[in-house]
Amino acid sequence: MGTSLPELPTVPRGQITFRSRGLSARVNSRVLLICLGLLAVVAGLAVFAMMLGTLRIPAVDVIRTIGHLGDDQYDFVVNTLRLPRVLLAVVVGAALAVSGAIFQGLVRNPLVSPDIIGVNSGANLFVAFWLITGYSWAFVPWVAFVGAALAAVVVYGLSWRGNIAPNRLILVGIGVGEALAALTTLLFVSGTIEEVRPAQVWSIGSVYGADWGDVRLMVIALAILLPVAVAMMWPMQIMQLGEDSARSLGLGVERTRIVMLLVGCALAAFSVAVAGPIGFVALMVPHMARLIAGPLTGSVLILTALIGALFLLLADVIGQHFLPVALPVGVLTSAIGAPYFLFLLYRTTLRV
Amino acid sequence: MTMTAGTRVGDVPVAPIGGRPRWLGRGVRATGLLVGLGCVILAALASLRFGAYGVPTSAVWDALFNYDPTVYDQAVVRSQRVPRTIIAIGIGAGLAVAGATMQAVTRNPLASPSILGVSAGSAFAVVTATFFLGLTHVSQYLWFSFFGAVVASAIVFAIGSIGNATNAPVRLTLAGVAISAMLGSWTSAILLISEETFDQIRFWFAGSVVGRDLDTFWFVSPFLVVGALVCVFMGHQLNVLSMSEDAARALGMNTGRVRLICAGLVVLITGAAVSVTGPIGFVGLAVPHIIRSIVGPDYRWVLPYSLLGGAIFLIGADLIGRVIMPTGELQAGIVTGIVGAPFLIVLARRRSLAN
Repeated sequence: MGTSLPELPTVPRGQITFRSRGLSARVNSRVLLICLGLLAVVAGLAVFAMMLGTLRIPAVDVIRTIGHLGDDQYDFVVNTLRLPRVLLAVVVGAALAVSGAIFQGLVRNPLVSPDIIGVNSGANLFVAFWLITGYSWAFVPWVAFVGAALAAVVVYGLSWRGNIAPNRLILVGIGVGEALAALTTLLFVSGTIEEVRPAQVWSIGSVYGADWGDVRLMVIALAILLPVAVAMMWPMQIMQLGEDSARSLGLGVERTRIVMLLVGCALAAFSVAVAGPIGFVALMVPHMARLIAGPLTGSVLILTALIGALFLLLADVIGQHFLPVALPVGVLTSAIGAPYFLFLLYRTTLRV
Repeated sequence: MTMTAGTRVGDVPVAPIGGRPRWLGRGVRATGLLVGLGCVILAALASLRFGAYGVPTSAVWDALFNYDPTVYDQAVVRSQRVPRTIIAIGIGAGLAVAGATMQAVTRNPLASPSILGVSAGSAFAVVTATFFLGLTHVSQYLWFSFFGAVVASAIVFAIGSIGNATNAPVRLTLAGVAISAMLGSWTSAILLISEETFDQIRFWFAGSVVGRDLDTFWFVSPFLVVGALVCVFMGHQLNVLSMSEDAARALGMNTGRVRLICAGLVVLITGAAVSVTGPIGFVGLAVPHIIRSIVGPDYRWVLPYSLLGGAIFLIGADLIGRVIMPTGELQAGIVTGIVGAPFLIVLARRRSLAN
C-alpha cells in the first residue's frame, strides 16, 4: 500500500502523494477531506431516509436490520422496501453526475449533459411509444435502455467523420435530440389522456419501486465504469491543453475520446433504464463540484460522484417525506439544486 | 483550422472571423437577400394555396386582391390561412434573429433564444394560471405567457450579470439553465398532480400557429418587429462581442451594456413569440447555424439572412404539417424538430461548421 510523502519539495502544499511500486497518485488533501465528509453525510442521510415512512423505525434498528444483527422484525420494510430505493438513489445520482462531468470535460461546453448524445431523448421516445401503444410496465427498463443505446449509436455514427470533433458532436446531438423530442411530443398529443399519462409520469424520472435487481445492475455498472473514468481523467487533462498539444505529447486523442464517450453513455443509459430521465443532476452537479473544488481531476470526479449521490438521495427524501404530496425525485432535483447552484454561481469565480 | 486549440473552456467560438469563400462578395450576398425575400413571398403564397381543403389558385388571388366574403374558398383563405401565414412569418423571423443574437451574446453554439428562461418562464406562468384560474383557451394565455417570460429572464439576467465580467457569458448561460430547471420542476409538479391541466396544456406545449387569433398577434407584433429590426442592425456589435471578452473590451466596447441591450431584445422577441404560438423550438437554434454555413460568420449578414430564413423555415414547417397528414394536422413545433434535424446534421457533417 502507499506511503504518504507530504514533505517532498516538488509536491505543492495541500497535496498528498501516494506511491506504490508501479503507480503513484497525488491527491489534494482538501478534496480528500470533503470527500470523506460527504461520504459520512451520505451514509447518515441514508439511515435517516430509512427511518422515515408510515412505519417509523429508530436509527439503531435500521442499522441492526441491515446488518442482520438483531431480531428481524423490520426485515421486510427495511431490506426489501426502503434499502433498495435509498441505494438506487445513491448510485443513480453518482452515475449521472460522473457521466455529466465526463461529457462536459470531453466536449468542453458547460451546457452539455449526457443527453447531448441522445440518451434521455432516445429512452423517452421508446418508452413513450411502448406505454402509449399499451404494452406493460414490466419491460420499460429494457425498452429505455435500448432506446438510449440506439440514440447514442445514431448520434455517434452521424458525428463520425474520421474522428469525433466536439463541435460536430454537439450539433449532431442537438439535431437528433430535437427530432426525437419532436416525435415524443407527437406521441404525447396523439393519444388520449389515459394513454399518454403513464408515459408522462415516467418521463419525469423517479426511484419509486426500486428493487434489488435495479440496484445490483447499477452497482456493477458503477463499480466497473467509475474506476475507468477516474483513470481517464489524466489523459483528459492533457486534452484540455488543446488537441494539437495533446497529440504532440503522444496522447491517442481519438482513443481517449471514444473510451470516455462509451463510459459516459453507459452510465447515463443504465441510469435512465432504472430510474427514468432524471434531469439536472448530470448537467449541474459537475459544475457544483468544480465550483467547490476546482478543475476536473480524478479526485474531483469522485467528489462529483459523491455530490451526485447526496443530491439525488436528498431530493428523494424531501420529495417522499417532506411535502404535502409525495413527488418523484425528477421534480425535486432541480427545485432543490437550482437555488444552491445559483448561490454557488454568485459566490465563486467560475472555473469551467 | 485550429479554432479549438487556443480557446478557453466554455468559450466555444461561434463566429470565427474570416471563414467565407472568395466568391461570396458583398454583391452576391446583397443579391442573395433579395432572392431570400422572393423565397419568403413564394413560401407565403404556397402556404395560402395548399392545405387539407383544396383551394384553386384563382381563389387565393381573389381573396388577396378583390375579396368577396360570400365565396367559401376565399373565406377559407382569408380566415384560416392568412392568419397562420402571417404569424408563421413573424414568429419564424423573430425567433431566428433572436437565436443568432443569443449565440453571439453567450458565445455558445448551443444557445437558443430560450436560454434566458423565456420558454420555462412562460410555461410556468401558463401552467400555474391554468391550474389555479382554470383558463381554457390559448388566447387567455397571452398575458400570463408574456409576463412569465419577461420576469423569468429578468431574474436570469440579474443573477447572471453579478460578478466577474470575463465569465459573464458562461454565467448568464448557466443561470438561465438553472432558473429554467427550477421553473420546470414546478411546472412538472403541477402537471403531475393535475391530470386535467396536463390534458389541456400538452397541445400548447407542442407549439403551433393554428387557431391563433390574428388580433393577439398584432398585439404583440410591435415587440417582435422592433426587437428583430434593432437586432438586425446590431450585426457589427455582435461581431465584436462574439470574439472574446478581452478583445471586445480592448476595442473599446462596453460589453455589459451591449449584452444587456441584446438580451433585452431577445426576451421581447421570444416572449412575444411564445405567447402567440407556445414554445416552438429549433427555429432559433438551427436556422442561424444553417445560415452561417451559407453566408459565413459575419453577423452583419447572418442576422438579415436569419430573418428571412426563419420565416421560410416556419412557413415550411407549418405547410408540411398540414399537407403530410390526410386528416388533421401536425403542429408546427413538432415539424420544425423532425424536418429541421436532418438539415442541422448534414450541415454539422460539413467541414466549415463543425470545425
